Amino acid sequence: MSLDHSDVEKIAHLARMALDESQIDAYAKDLSNILGLVEALEVADTDHVEPMAHPLHMAQRLRQDQVTETDHREENQSIAPSVETGLYLVPQVIE
Amino acid sequence: MQWETVIGLEVHAQLATKSKIFSGASIAYGAEPNTQACIVDLGFPGVLPVLNEEAVNMALKFGLAVNAEIGERSIFARKNYFYPDLPKGYQISQFELPIVGKGALTIDLDDGVQKVIGITRAHLEEDAGKSLHEDFHGMTGIDLNRAGTPLLEIVSEPDMRSIKEAVAYARKIHQLVVYLGICDGNMQEGSFRVDANLSIRPMGQEPMGTRTELKNINSFRFLERALNYELERQIDLVESGGQVVQETRLYDADRDETRSMRSKEEANDYRYFPDPDLLPVEINPARLDAARQDMPELPDQKRARFESDFNLSADDAGKLTQSRPQADYFEATVEAGADSKMAANWVMVELGGALNKAGLELNNSPVSPQQLGGLLKRIADNTISGKIAKQVFEAIWKGEGDADSVIEARGLKQITDSGAIEAIIAEVIANNPKQVDQFRAGKEKLLGFFVGQVMKATQGKASPGEVNKILLGKLKG
Repeated sequence: MSLDHSDVEKIAHLARMALDESQIDAYAKDLSNILGLVEALEVADTDHVEPMAHPLHMAQRLRQDQVTETDHREENQSIAPSVETGLYLVPQVIE
Repeated sequence: MQWETVIGLEVHAQLATKSKIFSGASIAYGAEPNTQACIVDLGFPGVLPVLNEEAVNMALKFGLAVNAEIGERSIFARKNYFYPDLPKGYQISQFELPIVGKGALTIDLDDGVQKVIGITRAHLEEDAGKSLHEDFHGMTGIDLNRAGTPLLEIVSEPDMRSIKEAVAYARKIHQLVVYLGICDGNMQEGSFRVDANLSIRPMGQEPMGTRTELKNINSFRFLERALNYELERQIDLVESGGQVVQETRLYDADRDETRSMRSKEEANDYRYFPDPDLLPVEINPARLDAARQDMPELPDQKRARFESDFNLSADDAGKLTQSRPQADYFEATVEAGADSKMAANWVMVELGGALNKAGLELNNSPVSPQQLGGLLKRIADNTISGKIAKQVFEAIWKGEGDADSVIEARGLKQITDSGAIEAIIAEVIANNPKQVDQFRAGKEKLLGFFVGQVMKATQGKASPGEVNKILLGKLKG
């Protein structure tokens, strides 16, 4: 499997990454090579292997439904670039 | 051309836990912005989500209630997209192996017709925060209190063929999650949200048409209106030679129309993958059993029991079991000694009307089921008439005590002593010779006049049955 120019553009857009037009073909080549490497696994016989969602053979531990967190708004917002009346401010999102 | 409507619904039910799905922050509604958003909810580096046990149990209860397939394993996935109210850049949701698999729900339509609607799946996920677009000097304000609130997303099959069916299904899901105690059902506060997928196809055609997804619907009335508008729009569009475009449309209740949401169009590539921060969840038989044990009687079972045990009509049983508080109130009234049919009537008509007028909910009723039961017992044993009972009800409502003390204090006891009634009747007959002659000459409607006179003389306390019987005897004789 290989990625072409437009695949890379789409992935970059979904990841919100700004790519220089001149870099795109190089990325397409590099990413295709990585996919090629992974493709080597295709030859392995996986008929008797159970699909795995996680490398650890353990089950998720569950938490009791209790409120354990207290308000740390001031500390959390101390590193935010812009805050007003308790809200984080971000560049306007237009619907 | 005749068009067939095809509708499927996605319901987001906010689960009624105390804390968030993956953190120990509170989910209480209405707190100051960002005071209930901890570092897990904010997606700080190095934090790990830990799943809330109660959210799992609540999802299982829903699954059991719709007879769904429930697998032994369930996994969480990341749904990737960028939006400022989603701090991590992904929402933890489920893709493969949702906690609740295929199930079904029977809905009730007019005239006792029922229809089974397939449920595709229901999965657990975290809610996003809220964006406030009011003007903050050209910026958007973000409140992340809601981020991480547990949601159960319930996806139906495209099985509904009319707007009526869609509304009936949404109401039934609402009733079910509230009965189960897993969601408070408050649509204004966004605890219960409905997205609708609608498409049309020529009647008799197999392949589905292109669908649009309607969002931002926060009441059943708006659901009906949004679907009506969208159905008309699609039919007009296709009949004038156009084509429906697959897109997300926002319902605007003020203008009663749906509008295209352009920003969502290109974002539909979520690149789901299993979340490496969360291990697979194992649903063992003990957990499933415990969820089953903890389930209340469901609306359909309750309705059937009300019909058979209390001898109620299907209609009355259906209305009484509409909400769990009302069904409980009715049962407590019967337990307090009331006749079941009388209790059904009084709970729905008299009490329901009074509560409605006062703008009160049943759980704030000034009249307790024990008091109502006590009152109805006195109608049944002829202590008071149905008419006097309404007076007594008002007095109980105003806090004058229970039925027996109101009847005693106000001297409302029905006169059943036929000697006393006979004396009054004799007086009425003696005082109205003209009417007596007219009655005897065949003007039988005048019976009502005499009953009225007797009731006036007894201040409504004479037993109407007794009065009628004695009057007829005296007048005809």
